[in-house]
Amino acid sequence: MTTTDQPAEQTAVATDLQDERLRRSSGLRGTVDAQVRRIKDGDLGVLPVVAGLVVIWGVLQALNPIFLSSANLVNLTLECASVGIIALGVVFMLLVGQIDLSVGSVSGLSSAIVAILFVDKGLPVVVAIVAAVLAGAVVGFAYSLMFNRFGVPSFVITLAGLLGFLGLQLYLLGAQGSINLPFDSGLVKFAQLWFVPPWLSYVLVVLAAGGLLVTGLAHSRKRAAAGLSHRGLTDLGVRSAVLLLLLGFVVFYLNQTRGVGWMFVLFVGLVLVMHYLLSRTKWGRSVYAVGGNVEAARRAGINVRLVYTSCFMLCTSFAALGGVLAAARLAAANQSSGGGDVNLNAIAAAVIGGTSLFGGRGTAFAALLGVLVIQSISSGLTLLSLDSSFRFMVTGAVLMLAVALDSAARRTRASSGRA
Amino acid sequence: MTPTAPASAPADTSVLSLRSISKTFGAVAALTDVDLDVAPGQVVAVVGDNGAGKSTLVKVLAGVHAPTSGTITFEQRTVTIDDPATAHDLGIATVFQDLALCENLNVIENLFLGREINALRLDDVAMEVRSWELLRQLSAKIPTVRIPVASLSGGQRQTVAIARSLIGDPRVIILDEPTAALGVAQTAEVLNLVERLRERGLGVIMISHNMEDVRAVADKVAVLRLGRNNGVFDVQDVSSEEIIAAITGATDNAVSQRASRRQGATTTHEGAPS
Repeated sequence: MTTTDQPAEQTAVATDLQDERLRRSSGLRGTVDAQVRRIKDGDLGVLPVVAGLVVIWGVLQALNPIFLSSANLVNLTLECASVGIIALGVVFMLLVGQIDLSVGSVSGLSSAIVAILFVDKGLPVVVAIVAAVLAGAVVGFAYSLMFNRFGVPSFVITLAGLLGFLGLQLYLLGAQGSINLPFDSGLVKFAQLWFVPPWLSYVLVVLAAGGLLVTGLAHSRKRAAAGLSHRGLTDLGVRSAVLLLLLGFVVFYLNQTRGVGWMFVLFVGLVLVMHYLLSRTKWGRSVYAVGGNVEAARRAGINVRLVYTSCFMLCTSFAALGGVLAAARLAAANQSSGGGDVNLNAIAAAVIGGTSLFGGRGTAFAALLGVLVIQSISSGLTLLSLDSSFRFMVTGAVLMLAVALDSAARRTRASSGRA
Repeated sequence: MTPTAPASAPADTSVLSLRSISKTFGAVAALTDVDLDVAPGQVVAVVGDNGAGKSTLVKVLAGVHAPTSGTITFEQRTVTIDDPATAHDLGIATVFQDLALCENLNVIENLFLGREINALRLDDVAMEVRSWELLRQLSAKIPTVRIPVASLSGGQRQTVAIARSLIGDPRVIILDEPTAALGVAQTAEVLNLVERLRERGLGVIMISHNMEDVRAVADKVAVLRLGRNNGVFDVQDVSSEEIIAAITGATDNAVSQRASRRQGATTTHEGAPS
């Protein structure tokens, strides 16, 4: 395995590279070339959002030097978690070509449920959280029944849900209007005070980079054994090293002040789990298939209704979990929980992160990247003591840009044959 | 196999037999008492005019529509095909006219859609190897299996669709208008493919409009007209004209012959310029 940079040339040409029309490139250079070609063909992936994030951070840092300080970034990561988890659910709806407009209301309802069960009824906090998330799942199941049985468009179902569950939230909170969560409860501590110990954060970083290297090598070896083209050792090594340095630096920088919050780790963990489910399981394939061509998916024997049901339920469950975390972060549930811009931010984050509104394209990482953009704008403008009017306008402009880019890239892809 | 079988029982040799299949959509009878038999290693062409019920028949066999009445016998067992998955589990694979491919997925993902190897941890290496095997068997000219189907040509997509139907070793393959959208060379390749399927001992049902294609590969021709059987012919014993007559309903009897003669005479008398 010493000269793995030229995998195909040594013996016979790998099975998947035999066609003479293929442009052949191998090794590290080949990987870079392939990436450049993809982007030129309109398969932008995460590039626009990463570039956008760099620009936004640059501008905000120039306007206010506190923005990129460790303390502010720690705060940013904590603010990301709840909206990010809601956006993660929205990604699933967009992938199957549907939309959920009620994520804000469902998250607000869930905030109210957790506060009432935990504070008013005195139930254990775990029970309250589970009940709130289950309530979210039930809402999703009800949506999917309406959608599958009666064929009501998801847009309308969830618009009704938006109103209905906002009403239910106000009704449950009743005369009090606001319930405070005790500061010494585990839930509030989790969202505000609990951070990963520095040593553990570095261990996690090394585990992540090492995991990438090991799985990459195993996969490469398996492909080689099967006579297919495979990535070389340097290629994989460089990839893992880049990840190690990047994550290591982020963690090091955050550790300068409070560090990495457990709530953010939970968010990233959920993104990784969902990424695995989407990219490496049969269910994930069927989600993309339903988003790409429902009829083809049905004829391939996929239980399309079940796929829709699972996505509706995941979306509302994540919205409910996001609501629990929002309540924990605020240490209160009130009438404006889940209201205001939560709904719009969550949907915008999924789209800005690169999930196509046309269905069938996008990854779980869209939620992470998109919510970083949204919260960066929010945090930066707050630091400049600009009120929410500016925040709405800037976020709106960025969303417009993201959707325009998606549509333009779609056209480029069509002309260069990349779907 | 039972000797007490009724008169219209399927022949022992057939892998798939339809008896008195009817399908109504509201007041419209799309299929009425249709019979069809396919033996292993036999290519049966189903022909008919627009609205003859060909596509409905395909959808009944593929499990997209349930028949209103009638029996389907598959390998001597009476079966009901409720959904596409059942059809596939039985061993009836269908290539639809619109191919039913997901354009956002790549060739491997499309080939194995709904039948992925290892549901909880997809074995993409095994799937890619199998994809190449299949495509090579069919002499497919697809440069790479890792590009989305959207970027393939019509013939390449047809090949992918046929290759997909072969996954899971079906006994019967239904091809709905496989050559309708193809060029000359691609049509020839698809016809070669059909012959390769026959050599492998599969029963093939081919829906087609194209008489040349039908005569080139089919063993039997079953004609549908207005949702009913209108004759089954052996390809060797029948001329294209006879098939066309059966399709259009101008059956070759004395009355119609006389009628056409008289009509021909009338037009000549009127001296219509040709």
